[in-house]
Amino acid sequence: MAEIHGALAHQFDDPEQQVEASTLGMWTFLATEILFFGGLFVAYIVYRLSYPQAFAAASHHLDILLGTVNTGILIGSSLTMVLAVYSAQMGRSRSQILFLAATLALGLAFLGIKGVEYQHKFHEHLVPGAGFQFSDADPRHAAIFFSLYFGMTGMHAFHMVIGAGLLIWMALRAWRGEFSASYYTPVEMVGLYWHFVDVVWIFLFPLLYLIGRH
Amino acid sequence: MDPHAAAAQRKTYFLVFGALLLLTLVTTGVAFINLGPLNTPVALAIAMTKAALVMIYFMHLRHSTFLARVFAGAGLIWLLHFITFTLSDYLTR
Repeated sequence: MAEIHGALAHQFDDPEQQVEASTLGMWTFLATEILFFGGLFVAYIVYRLSYPQAFAAASHHLDILLGTVNTGILIGSSLTMVLAVYSAQMGRSRSQILFLAATLALGLAFLGIKGVEYQHKFHEHLVPGAGFQFSDADPRHAAIFFSLYFGMTGMHAFHMVIGAGLLIWMALRAWRGEFSASYYTPVEMVGLYWHFVDVVWIFLFPLLYLIGRH
Repeated sequence: MDPHAAAAQRKTYFLVFGALLLLTLVTTGVAFINLGPLNTPVALAIAMTKAALVMIYFMHLRHSTFLARVFAGAGLIWLLHFITFTLSDYLTR
């Protein structure tokens, strides 16, 4: 389909309809993503209601400073992402590429910090399994918290890795001059995905890091 | 897009970014204050405000068609069903 980039595909009446079809398709995909992450969030809710003390005790072992910094980094990457779409809209391909690169850099910084946090958890024997050790509460219940922590943040990180790949792809296409002020739908759709991943983290952060801190 | 509208849009993005950073600091700070049973509801209210800002401004729902907003809302309504019906079981045992 490389030859029809930016052109109107034959099944659409006009470019507006084509953009709206892409937008609706993307939101439909994101709705399935909401339900996918929803399963993890509902599991979290059920277990936290069942073992509130163990969840609070386990949450204290997460690094609140790194968590807060990472939230800021991800929000910053959402700003650079929306500015990349804005640059595309304005037909400024150079700044579009720079903002995509900045988004990628911030995304990778987030993943790097996440990796450091995971490493700490390994050293502290907080990874569920044979080596798991926990003395502040019932270790069986604390292990459920850490299973959810690794499952939810791991699935979130996996989405970010995919997002990083999409950003590289978009930057290459922008560099080849495939986008213009009248056609930048792919960048906009990748933006929707990237912001969605940000929204997931916005909920993960308080639910995992901020329980029972007072 | 005319230059004035473009500049205004750009300014909005930076304002939303500032609001999101501020709310992040607020939610971390509030976690250290004992609000009794209200800590989690407050944290969730802040998270929902942040999510709404991202969806309305960064995900452009503000300028989307009605149909696109319905599609975006459908996922949330389903999630609400999912949580409500699960809790209606677990909380009433």
